[in-house]
Amino acid sequence: MRVLTTTLDLTSEKAQHNRAAMLERLAELHEQQGLARDGGGAAAVDRHRRRGKLLARERIELLLDPDAPFLELSTVAAWGTEYPVGASVVTGIGVVSGIECILIAHDPTVRGGASNPYTWKKVLRATQIARENRLPVVNLVESAGGDLRHQAELFVPAGRLFHDLSALSAAGVPTIALVFGNSTAGGAYVPGMCDYTVMVAGGAKVFLGGPPLVKMATGEEADDESLGGGEMHARTSGLADYLAADEHECIAIGREILQHLNWRKPGGPTSPPDEPVYDPEDLLAVISADIRVPFDPREVLGRVVDGSRFEEYKPLYGPALVTGWAAVHGFPIGVVANHHGILFNREAKKGTEFIQLCNQSNTPLLFLQNTTGFMVGTQYEQDGIIKDGAKMINAVTNSTVPHLTINMAASYGAGNYGMSGRSYDPRMLFSWPGSKTAVMGPEQLAGVMSIVARQSAAAAGRAFDEAEDARRRDELAARIESESLALYMSGRGHDDGIIDPRDTRTVLGIALSACYSAEVRGSRAFGVFRM
Amino acid sequence: MIEKVLVANRGEIARRVFRTCHDMGIATVAVYSEPDSDAPFVREADEAVPLGGATPAESYLRADRVLEAAIRSGADAVHPGYGFLSEDATFAAAVVDAGLTWIGPPPEVVRRMGSKLEARSLMAAAGVPVLPGQDLTGLDDDEVLAAAETVGWPVLVKASAGGGGRGMRVVRAPEDLLQAAASARREAASAFGDDTVFLERYVEAPRHVEIQVFGDTHGQLVALHERECSLQRRHQKVLEEAPSPVVDPDLRQRMSAAAVTAATTLGYVGAGTVEFVLAPTGEFFFLEVNTRLQVEHPVTELVTGLDLVRLQLLVADGHPLPPEALSAPLVGHAIEVRLYAEDPARGFIPTGGRVRRFSVPQQAGVRVDSGIMDGDIVSPNYDPMLAKVIAYGANRDEAILRLRRALRHAAVDGIVTNLPLLLAVLDEPDFRAGDLDTHWFDRHPPTDLLQASRDEDERAMCALAAALAAQAQARTSASVLPGLPSGWRNNPAQLLRRDYADDDGTVEVGYQLGRAARFQIDGVDRDVTVHSATPDGVVLVADGLRRRFSVIADDGEVTVAGSRGSVTLRELPRFPTHTAELAHGSLVAPMPGTVVRTLVTAGDAVTAGTCLVVLEAMKMEHQVVVPVDGVVVELSVQAGQTVSAGDLLVVVQEPAEEAAVSAR
Repeated sequence: MRVLTTTLDLTSEKAQHNRAAMLERLAELHEQQGLARDGGGAAAVDRHRRRGKLLARERIELLLDPDAPFLELSTVAAWGTEYPVGASVVTGIGVVSGIECILIAHDPTVRGGASNPYTWKKVLRATQIARENRLPVVNLVESAGGDLRHQAELFVPAGRLFHDLSALSAAGVPTIALVFGNSTAGGAYVPGMCDYTVMVAGGAKVFLGGPPLVKMATGEEADDESLGGGEMHARTSGLADYLAADEHECIAIGREILQHLNWRKPGGPTSPPDEPVYDPEDLLAVISADIRVPFDPREVLGRVVDGSRFEEYKPLYGPALVTGWAAVHGFPIGVVANHHGILFNREAKKGTEFIQLCNQSNTPLLFLQNTTGFMVGTQYEQDGIIKDGAKMINAVTNSTVPHLTINMAASYGAGNYGMSGRSYDPRMLFSWPGSKTAVMGPEQLAGVMSIVARQSAAAAGRAFDEAEDARRRDELAARIESESLALYMSGRGHDDGIIDPRDTRTVLGIALSACYSAEVRGSRAFGVFRM
Repeated sequence: MIEKVLVANRGEIARRVFRTCHDMGIATVAVYSEPDSDAPFVREADEAVPLGGATPAESYLRADRVLEAAIRSGADAVHPGYGFLSEDATFAAAVVDAGLTWIGPPPEVVRRMGSKLEARSLMAAAGVPVLPGQDLTGLDDDEVLAAAETVGWPVLVKASAGGGGRGMRVVRAPEDLLQAAASARREAASAFGDDTVFLERYVEAPRHVEIQVFGDTHGQLVALHERECSLQRRHQKVLEEAPSPVVDPDLRQRMSAAAVTAATTLGYVGAGTVEFVLAPTGEFFFLEVNTRLQVEHPVTELVTGLDLVRLQLLVADGHPLPPEALSAPLVGHAIEVRLYAEDPARGFIPTGGRVRRFSVPQQAGVRVDSGIMDGDIVSPNYDPMLAKVIAYGANRDEAILRLRRALRHAAVDGIVTNLPLLLAVLDEPDFRAGDLDTHWFDRHPPTDLLQASRDEDERAMCALAAALAAQAQARTSASVLPGLPSGWRNNPAQLLRRDYADDDGTVEVGYQLGRAARFQIDGVDRDVTVHSATPDGVVLVADGLRRRFSVIADDGEVTVAGSRGSVTLRELPRFPTHTAELAHGSLVAPMPGTVVRTLVTAGDAVTAGTCLVVLEAMKMEHQVVVPVDGVVVELSVQAGQTVSAGDLLVVVQEPAEEAAVSAR
């Protein structure tokens, strides 16, 4: 395979501007991640520690294999909502006893670990990743259950967790609950649905109804311990398979359970990984600060893929879409990357073909999004851009090799779909900090709305208020802009997290390895391609 | 003509003799016990004969088997080394009677000098100054006490047949004398099969200075200058040097003359050492003659340029001493340290275990005589000396610096040794000034020396290096995601942690590699840049100084060696284990060994300070003493039983506890 060349000039004003802009956005991201890490704040953290308990992230750190990487998912979930950033739960992919697992740890410092609608979004997304990639799930449970003030938004989706845990078990994917504290009402089913349950003596409280509810329901006077203490569940109900003396032992037992699972991955890397020739640090200078300025995805690939090697497919045909083969951390991938933003007829057809080829060879696909959508205009409509776009969407939809999607900059219109956006079930989708996602650009959208309003006024014979239109246009454009930002999209749970572009190779390595926990098999059956 | 030599010994001295034999074209034969079957000296000998057995009494002290081995292997000479049978006149005579050459003084000389009492009277008669003393053989308790009054306090109780400090006890008060004498007799009987014990006046602040002598069968007898061997612990030498920092040419001449007189009186042939006590006044008294090659002979070799083993072989073969021996120069200064498998911080108790790695850098002026190699097990059956490191310099300072550098870069991993103490001694101002005596370690307690030489920051850096090497090992052996950045986090909440401990406490290392690299030791941020980290080596720049550490980890223990010496730490487990704890009041074996006697049974009331169990390890008796008053509730061992360090011996319950138990 050929080693990519680079034309990046680090000393150029553009490069330095790009870098400065990206560092600014990263600082924003880190600030929000810091808020998530702070959980319920210093007072709540102190109170939790005074009870001799570990924080959610401390539990995760102890559970993980020493020095193994940990990819936290959806770090800024619930950003921009009424709920705390991070959604009071930590999820991620980590290695425990040599096995890649999905970890789900409630943060008991945020309202006792009570879940809100975004908690569920984040947790259910994690179990979906576990199901699609066959990753064992370890729940680190300490949650007061649903935040009852929001029961209307919670009750229905919450049931899905029990469904997913049961389905995982049926699919032979191990599920483990390590119960450190409260696991009440609905939460009580988590240990009930898991294959293995460990409870901390004196800490775990697992019951459908606590003393107040039991008193209300039947008049019985009961205490926490006899209703749902670890000792009771280990000796009497049998819900706890193991009783741990303390949190450390609980985590150690969890690690031992994974050791005896006899878990084997069906696949692994096929080539020795070597670092890229070009420093990933320089990605900060590659990525345009201005979303309207395109950049060459080959400059990105040269800083992500093994040895900066890339075998380009059809380089001369449909050049606005770059396709070809590479490897990341020894895992082979097919790359589909936007170059000049627009998907023309040839680009759509080239992408369709390439997706089919990757399915033929059981090769996972990496989509690098920077698209403003499929081309519009008389010529393109007459050339059948709808048919060609449909081909690509058909191929993306029915492709069965794992898709990993990075939204590098722009993800607008049906381009988002053709480039395996969230609705097309990529195994994982990550965003770079400056990226935007929307049906179209804010100016275009506001302009379209303005034209429609003007036509409507003309049809009705009304006078058109230009000043009011300008104000409305600006207001709308600003709102659309703010709702297309990476933090907004990630906060709403439309991706699996915003990542530092310099970490792209690492994130892809973890994600690909996770994908290979399930069999990677391409589809031979696609829908009807409209020719 | 000697063509094939059997060495009736083991370890470093066997290797030392083989080396010269091979240089001279002489074939060699080793004898070995079962634990030594893979030892370096056995592998290096041209041929080897198994003796069977493990303890010295079952193997290297079996004169009959050693002699049979010599005959079977066709050896024409026997070199006894030091210790074991080297001063056993009966064995020497048996060798001669079997028609073989005994590489040592005539058996009769060995016999006469083997009895310290006879040696003393002989020397006194010849005009060699001796200390007042008296034989205790046949004396009852009152007579023993009277003898002590005659000799004058304080007294030294010595086993007549002993050597190297074994069976010796200093007694300063009459009430301690009888027990000391009994114990010395017992130890002498167990070690030498001869329980003769005598008393001697004890000189305070004495130096131990000895003269190397050499005689041949042609009537020539020379003194090869002195060795200063004052640095001793438990009456065993730790560091020896030549020349002595306080012996001037005049004193040297007088001591040499006395040594030659002593040797001439004996009709001495071969290598011998006349030991003297040198008082601060400059007076010296005859101590004893060692009729063998000494452990510390290399310092003499380095300052004279002679090969003493070669001279032994020449003399044994009937050759006259060569001219270079007859007018041996004294050039430069040599210092030898003995590397022992012992713990200076805990009363020098023998340690033992498996030596994972042993290396001393090759360096100009540094000689290493060792008996061990990587992977060897240091058996509790034998002397705990692992190796001798000897440095030579144009003067004492150069010798010290060369020795210090060699020891700093030496690696002895897997077992606790006196290496840190040796390094501490070399930096001690009194030592630097040459201010020595045999009680030096009483004035400079090892714990103080170790404390003074401690470098907190170096220990911290070593812990950091250990953690970095451990993370490299973890990443190298990872079964999934092996190529990914170590400890990578996209939302780092805390530093990764590895905790270590040694006898001085714990060290907590926090680290994060990668873009936002950060390092903490005990919660304090450190200015460190990691240049490289592999499982066995770490290079980092700390506070502007680039440092290289080699790391070896095994079974939770890690040894980190840098340019300033090495540190051994235990890696603390991430998850504390919930194993059953020892019952309160449990006394455990402080070292591996054999139970010699149990002095109590269950139910006995004991007072603080009472000895409950006597252990023997590495030929030393160790008393296990109860620290509190109480009642023995459990005795877990019996005489003859072998125990490992940490094994439960006795459980003693304090009266209050006992009351609480019965009240329940």
